[in-house]
Amino acid sequence: MTVSTGGSANLGAYRVAERRERWLLQSLVVPGLALIGLIALAPIGWLFWMSVQGSSGFTLDHYQRLLDESYLRTLKTTFELSILVTVLSIALGYPLAYLISQARPRLAALLMLLVLFPVWTSLLVRCYAWLVLLQRRGVVNSWLQDMGIIDAPLKLMHNFTGTTIGMLHIMLPFMILPLYASMRSIDRDYMRAAANLGASPVRAFWQVFVPLSLPGLFAGIIIVFVLCLGFYVTPALLGGGRVYMWSMQIERNVTYYADWGAASALGVVLLALTLGILWAVGRLIGFDRIVGGK
Amino acid sequence: MVAVGLQATASLPISIRSITKRYGAFTALDAVDLEVDSGEFLTLLGPSGSGKTTLLMVLAGFIRPESGTVLFGERDVSLAPPHKRDVGMVFQNYALFPHMSVAGNVAYPLKLRSIPKAEVGRRVREALELVQLGTLGERRIDQLSGGQRQRVALARAIVFEPRILLMDEPLSALDKKLREEMQIEVRNLHRRLGLTTVYVTHDQREALTMSDRVAVIDGGRVRQIGRPRDIYERPDSRFIAEFIGESQFLPVVLRDGAAWLDSHRLAVERPPPTAQGAHLLVVRPEKLTVLPAADSGHGLNLFEGTVKEVVYQGESSLVYVSLAGGLELSVRRPSRGADAVPVAPGAPIRMGLAPADVVIVPAELHP
Ligand SMILES: Nc1ncnc2c1ncn2[C@@H]1O[C@H](COP(=O)(O)OP(=O)(O)OP(=O)(O)O)[C@@H](O)[C@H]1O
Ligand SMILES: [Mg+2]
Repeated sequence: MTVSTGGSANLGAYRVAERRERWLLQSLVVPGLALIGLIALAPIGWLFWMSVQGSSGFTLDHYQRLLDESYLRTLKTTFELSILVTVLSIALGYPLAYLISQARPRLAALLMLLVLFPVWTSLLVRCYAWLVLLQRRGVVNSWLQDMGIIDAPLKLMHNFTGTTIGMLHIMLPFMILPLYASMRSIDRDYMRAAANLGASPVRAFWQVFVPLSLPGLFAGIIIVFVLCLGFYVTPALLGGGRVYMWSMQIERNVTYYADWGAASALGVVLLALTLGILWAVGRLIGFDRIVGGK
Repeated sequence: MVAVGLQATASLPISIRSITKRYGAFTALDAVDLEVDSGEFLTLLGPSGSGKTTLLMVLAGFIRPESGTVLFGERDVSLAPPHKRDVGMVFQNYALFPHMSVAGNVAYPLKLRSIPKAEVGRRVREALELVQLGTLGERRIDQLSGGQRQRVALARAIVFEPRILLMDEPLSALDKKLREEMQIEVRNLHRRLGLTTVYVTHDQREALTMSDRVAVIDGGRVRQIGRPRDIYERPDSRFIAEFIGESQFLPVVLRDGAAWLDSHRLAVERPPPTAQGAHLLVVRPEKLTVLPAADSGHGLNLFEGTVKEVVYQGESSLVYVSLAGGLELSVRRPSRGADAVPVAPGAPIRMGLAPADVVIVPAELHP
């Protein structure tokens, strides 16, 4: 029986060595974790704490106030706008990402540069640029009028339409980037195999290419939708006060009423909604698929 | 063996007529002519970059050549798009759809052909049984081993009963043992279905094992085509002799209808080429026999020299020999029975080459 004792002693030693190695590896992330804890988790904890603090200690008043109709309307606007922008960014982003992924390398690099260019420009600058383009006597309106498509100038800004246009412009790269990455990784042989098996180009596209690009699409949807939910600058500028987003409620509570409690409660609700959506999507399609598994 | 319904269908011959494909100034296929008989297993063998994949892609329709025609039977498919060619294809990396199950992959070509559901189910089962994967239909592709993926790819390529099957190095990703198993299986499958098959490999042993005929390709041209035995035993150029098997060359001169090695007239079975001048005698190590001192070697071509080195390789040993005039030869002797004629470094040695094994090729690489 010496053999089996020797074997199990060895096994124990292997386990210990293995565990030590894993610990060593994991300890490498400690500085990173500490930083995240400090700059991300701590403020969130603080936010949460403030949202339940009233003048006389613990209270749920701040949350109760959120049930007010005006807040619910804001929530509805926020979701409507986020969904619309996400859907439009798919409609515009998918064909564009497809085009870039199929283009020759030089052309693809150039197109990608064009997609990324706006991202390197200040958000504020881009919003003001849209103000210039979309105003009553702006470029867009005068073109449309000159071409005889419309008689009177369209109202394109300080409303839902303008906000949608502006946000779509800002969000598009965040849809295209993950889509492009996942399309590029689709081996050309898949499409060839589909054709070889008898699929016309259109069917091969829908039945093979699109399903294989879904991880990128899901990633794009999540990024765009979540960014939209918390968006402030563009709706504030292009909405002209008529498009009321959740983030603007937060701002109003802080700057006008100095009501940190209410603002914190709003922040916590937004965070909870976002996490809830991420969780639901993750449950539905699996996070490993989005983050780049098979 | 399982009883299955997939039966030998009428297969089609392939005619490849002066196909040329260029990439810029580079000619990947140079006026290739090739006839593949109905039901034949033809292997395209050649070094890397020789144009094998390109030729296969032309047959499948993924690459449009600059000129030439391809016929499947009577039908000119030169301009037909890939999805209308009705040829089965096994890709080198299998290209199994990761978003479909095993059965889903195999069913896909049938669904594209609007075949009724019940029949799809039946044929998928049959095809999977044929490649011995009957129980794995519901698996995802990433849950399969390399050999199993290979089988799924094969099942998917034959399930819609194409008349022609193309395979691009289908076994190159498998380890040696599995590869040899699959070689036999693919071969059996071919016998069973009788599909005209064009098979690409750069593994000469695989080509010799599996094929009815082998076409050796180099630099975008078919250099020799023939049965495996002919390609190996009767190479018609220095390139083929070098590329297939181990070959050594001794300079010979053709004169007066005979081949001369120095002043010795070689005993040959078949008359040497009618050309004159410098040629090469192809000597494969296993074609030489080491002669005992008592054996006069009557009727054989004799080579005398000194043993330089003996390398033991298991089932055989390789004996390196220096000949007179600075030439070298090696001879392979089976380990069994080697004791009868011992060889040792430094000792003189005599070797014989039968007239039937004399192969003479032109001195330039590609005549
Ligand atoms: N798109 C392309 N552009 C330029 N040259 C190409 C292209 N595709 C292939 N070639 C060239 O054509 C030649 C033949 O390529 P091919 O893929 O047919 O070789 P192969 O015989 O299949 O080689 P391997 O055994 O390595 O797979 C190679 O020299 C290759 O560099
Ligand atoms: Mg190849």
